[in-house]
Amino acid sequence: MRTIFYLIRKEFLQIFRDKFLGKAIFAIPIIQMLILVPAVTFEIKDVRLCIVDKDMSTESRELVGKLVGSSFFKVRNATFTENEANDLLHLDKCDLILQIPAGFGRDIGKGTPTKLMASANAINAMNAQLSWAYLNGVIMDYNMNILANGIGNRSFTAIPQIEVTNRYWYNEMLNYNFYMQPGILGILVLAIGFILAGLNLVKEKEIGTIEQMNVTPVKKYQFILSKIIPFLIIGLIDLALGITIGKLVFHVPFAGSMWLVFMCSSIFLIAVLSLALLISTFSGTQQQFMFTAFFFMIIFILMSGIFTPLESMPGWAQKIDLLNPVVYIMRINRMVMLKGSTLYDIRSEFMALVIFAIASTTLAVNRYRKTA
Amino acid sequence: MSDKVISVHNLVKKFGSFVANDHLSFEVYRGEIFGFLGANGAGKTTTIRILSGLSKPTSGEVMVAGYDAHKEPEMIKKNIGYMCQKFSLYEDLTVKENIMLYGGIYGMKKQLIRDRTHSLLERLQFEEYGDRLIAALPLGLKQKLAFSVAVLHEPKIVFLDEPTGGVDPVTRRQFWEMIYETAARGITVFVTTHYMDEAEYCDRVSIMNEGKIQALDTPAALKQQYNARSIEEVFIRIARPAKQ
Repeated sequence: MRTIFYLIRKEFLQIFRDKFLGKAIFAIPIIQMLILVPAVTFEIKDVRLCIVDKDMSTESRELVGKLVGSSFFKVRNATFTENEANDLLHLDKCDLILQIPAGFGRDIGKGTPTKLMASANAINAMNAQLSWAYLNGVIMDYNMNILANGIGNRSFTAIPQIEVTNRYWYNEMLNYNFYMQPGILGILVLAIGFILAGLNLVKEKEIGTIEQMNVTPVKKYQFILSKIIPFLIIGLIDLALGITIGKLVFHVPFAGSMWLVFMCSSIFLIAVLSLALLISTFSGTQQQFMFTAFFFMIIFILMSGIFTPLESMPGWAQKIDLLNPVVYIMRINRMVMLKGSTLYDIRSEFMALVIFAIASTTLAVNRYRKTA
Repeated sequence: MSDKVISVHNLVKKFGSFVANDHLSFEVYRGEIFGFLGANGAGKTTTIRILSGLSKPTSGEVMVAGYDAHKEPEMIKKNIGYMCQKFSLYEDLTVKENIMLYGGIYGMKKQLIRDRTHSLLERLQFEEYGDRLIAALPLGLKQKLAFSVAVLHEPKIVFLDEPTGGVDPVTRRQFWEMIYETAARGITVFVTTHYMDEAEYCDRVSIMNEGKIQALDTPAALKQQYNARSIEEVFIRIARPAKQ
């Protein structure tokens, strides 16, 4: 046990003696939080709408008025020709075109069905889909009003409208900052330790100090632990910093148990740090390590479910994702922080992380050779 | 000179089809300074790595400090010191921090580490360097310090792989004085070198070529046997046929 203490002390001395690294390990997560949490959002505001009103009737103006009044849309242009509107779309001057055909008002007055046409710029498919849905919502609403008025004129009875209202649980305001912060915390804790721990071991290989360690009676598990524990501690401090920033700057609520989040993150860190060390036992140089680490990190992060729902991935990808530790911490963080889930609620994710941690630590200790 | 601390019998080490050590047999005794010479690529470093438990022998009997290199490399490591070709203290730690680290790894008590650190720095006339980073020290000092750290835990044997490479003659002389002191304390010194004057200081010398030990005896006996004035002449006669 004393040996591990001496080894850990050495790691901390080295980390904080490095003038850049000693500060960067705390500054980088703060900056990342401040930039990423508000920046990475799916929220759509001010969709640039171009209206081609070929009708210019009271009814068409009423519809346009409704769109202008909505916070989602910004009517940038109004034109009478379809070609001009298409050009605007090509030049990226607008995101969405709504065409109101001539005779729109007349048809509504007569009660005959009429059609509108919307074209969306779908380079960003998600944006296009969302703005289209918003547009649809406004038009449906308008439609209901006409129906209600039409029927009302004749019979004076209010039509029974079934109105569906939404209530978003756990994130009532649908605030994307709330949604992103727990996820970003997971990635941030991953990135720093993964790279630093792995590079640390490969660097000792490169400069030859690992040889001196290998010729001492240090046990393999002691050596691996001495590389994990410092970065585990740093990771947890970064997590605390991240949660504090979330609370102070973005007012993210914290519904669940703080201890649970820290416990899960500790297990997550042990899992990924061991994985990094495992990779570094295969790498001869820092470049080799970085190249491999980058490959894993990209897959881990992009497939973690932070940007895209896991359910929409193809089945084979979801199976691969069973081996992605970031998926579990992402879910745990969101569930515990936003929903207040307990250990019982997250037991399967928790067990997955425990298994992952045991497996990768065992592999790392076994792969590390003191005698070649 | 009867205590055997290293005994090697028919040691073979192969890397694929390449034979780095070809049936080596020799013995080294307690308190001896054993010079392990050979041209570059003769297989010296391979042997040292096997003797210190860093590398597994392919076949043959290898006993170091009473332990079998096949089965108990970790027990060997407890009983030896090692200083390799490439300088290997931590450059970004201070002199004292390095000593504390290695002392701690070998399980020495804190007070003992402090006492040894003190006497070690005094002996090297190093006191003012105690809190300096290793990176800031000149090479000669670094090598002397690395040697002192390698014997800090009073091992039975210390392996020195080209310890004086690139060091000035004055420092080399001082380094050898340290080697003598160490051997006088009963620690066996197993040293490789390319400086033939250093070979003359050894109690016994072995000369390797192409993975085999070609000669092994005291410097005086080797010179007589090869009818040479110096070990350098002996070395050249043995190593030359390889180059043709």
